[in-house]
Parts: sequence; C-alpha cells; structure tokens
Amino acid sequence: MTLWWIGDAVLLVVVLPVVVYLLHGVLGAARSIVPSVRAIAATAAAGSKDLDATALLLTTQSQVEQTVAGVANYGGSLDVIIDDAE
Amino acid sequence: MVVLAIGPGTVTVVALLLIVLALVYYLVSTILSLSTITKGLDEVIASVTEIIEKSAPVNDVVDAINGQLDAGVDLLEGLLVKKAGLVDAVGLVDGLYPGAAAAGFRNFPESTSIEAPRVSEVYTKGTLTLARLGREAPIAAANPAGPVLRNVEGGSLAARLLYPSVRHTAPPELPRSPVIGTDAPVQYEQRDDIGAPRKRLPASRVGGG
Repeated sequence: MTLWWIGDAVLLVVVLPVVVYLLHGVLGAARSIVPSVRAIAATAAAGSKDLDATALLLTTQSQVEQTVAGVANYGGSLDVIIDDAE
Repeated sequence: MVVLAIGPGTVTVVALLLIVLALVYYLVSTILSLSTITKGLDEVIASVTEIIEKSAPVNDVVDAINGQLDAGVDLLEGLLVKKAGLVDAVGLVDGLYPGAAAAGFRNFPESTSIEAPRVSEVYTKGTLTLARLGREAPIAAANPAGPVLRNVEGGSLAARLLYPSVRHTAPPELPRSPVIGTDAPVQYEQRDDIGAPRKRLPASRVGGG
C-alpha cells in the first residue's frame, strides 16, 4: 500500500509535469513554425508574381536582335566610308 | 473523512486521467498547428512550382540576348580597332570611360598591356565624339605633331580669346571713366528752360484754324 502511494506521488509530482513540459515544448515549436510558413508562402507568391514579366524577355530578345542588326548595318557602312588606320 | 475514503487506486486513476487530458489537449493543439503548416506549405509549393515554370525559359532567352550583345560588342570593337588602330582605340575608350583601358578589348588580349594615350586630357569629350566620326572631323584638320588643341592646365587664354573683349589683351591704357559732380573738370551750364513755365502756342494754332 505504501509503495502504491509512493507511485501515485511520483506520477503526480514527476511524470505529469514532465509530460506537460514536453508537450508544451512541442506545441510551442509547432506554433512558432506557422508564421514562418505564412511568410514563406507570401514571399513565394510575390516572387511568382514578379516573374509575370518574364514573357517580356521575348520582346527584349527581339529588340536586341533588331538593334544589333542595325548596328551591324551601320558598322558596315562606316567600314566602307572611313579609311582604315593602317 | 473523505480523505480516508480515497485510496491509492483512485489517486492513480486521477493521475492517469490528468496525464491523458494533458496529452489530448497538447496533441490536438499540435495537430491543428501542423495542419496549418501543411496548408501553408501547399501554398508555398504551388508558388514555387509557378516560379519554376515561369523561369524555365529565362536561361535560354538570356543566353540568346547575351549572344546577340556579344556579337555587337565584337563588331564595334573590331571596327574601332580597324579604323583607329589598337593604341588609339584603347585611348579613346579610356577617355570616354576612365579605367576601361585596364580591362582592354575582349577580342584583343594584347590591348590590356597597352599604355592608353591620355586622349581625354588633350581633347574634350565633344572632340572625341567628332574624332569617332572619322578623319574628316575637324580634329583631323590640325597637325598631330603640333600643339594640343586644348591644354587643360594652362589653356585659359585660348578660351578667353573667343570672347570680344580687349581687357584680357592688357592694352597700355584704357579710356578713363568720366568724372561727375561739382569738382568735375568739365562743367556744363544749366539750361534756362529747365523748370520754367511751358511756352503757350498761339491760339490760332491751338484752335486748328
């Protein structure tokens, strides 16, 4: 009987506080992740939205091609007009 | 005597109940938090998937643009070196973009070892622009062996000569300013009609005849 009482005391004084402490730690860690995940989700969504202008790169590519072609034509004309250095 | 009615078995049951209640509360709360985390991660995965899909063709397009720009740079460098010579070309580029001579031209590795002529100290940027237009530019009209067109350290007189003034030519004596007042060497007589009543014209002329 005495050992049983001692076991009950250990259960209430040691085991229960330890269980509560550990579970509280797990819950705190899980709750601390939530705002970080929300921030990551918002950042990823913003990053995806920023890339909406990626399609304009095709326009940039086309314009660069036209510009370089114009420069090439102009350079060819200069090559004919201007004397060489040597 | 209620205390005496509670045996060790009852205390054990109560303790176990408390432990189970604590487990239920904390585990359910943890599950709810993990569920929220899972939903957030789903949104993250969806956004990251969009980012991957949208950025997939960027590499090829940027490579193509860089290739086109490289071709343009090669063309312009080659043309400049062909027309101005490697040394003058390095000097021109370094004059327009100070420090660029250290990098040199990409297709001319020997350009990095050339000591760039200090073209920008002799000619202004506008003159350099004219020089890039060709040998018919005004800069080519002067003798390259002669004095520089603009001396940045002592060339202020050349700029002042552009303006129609004689003072910078240091003449022996300039005409002095006139002296006025009661002690002036030249005195003028006061006119009598100043301050006098105005003369009246004849009535016939005033009436218009």
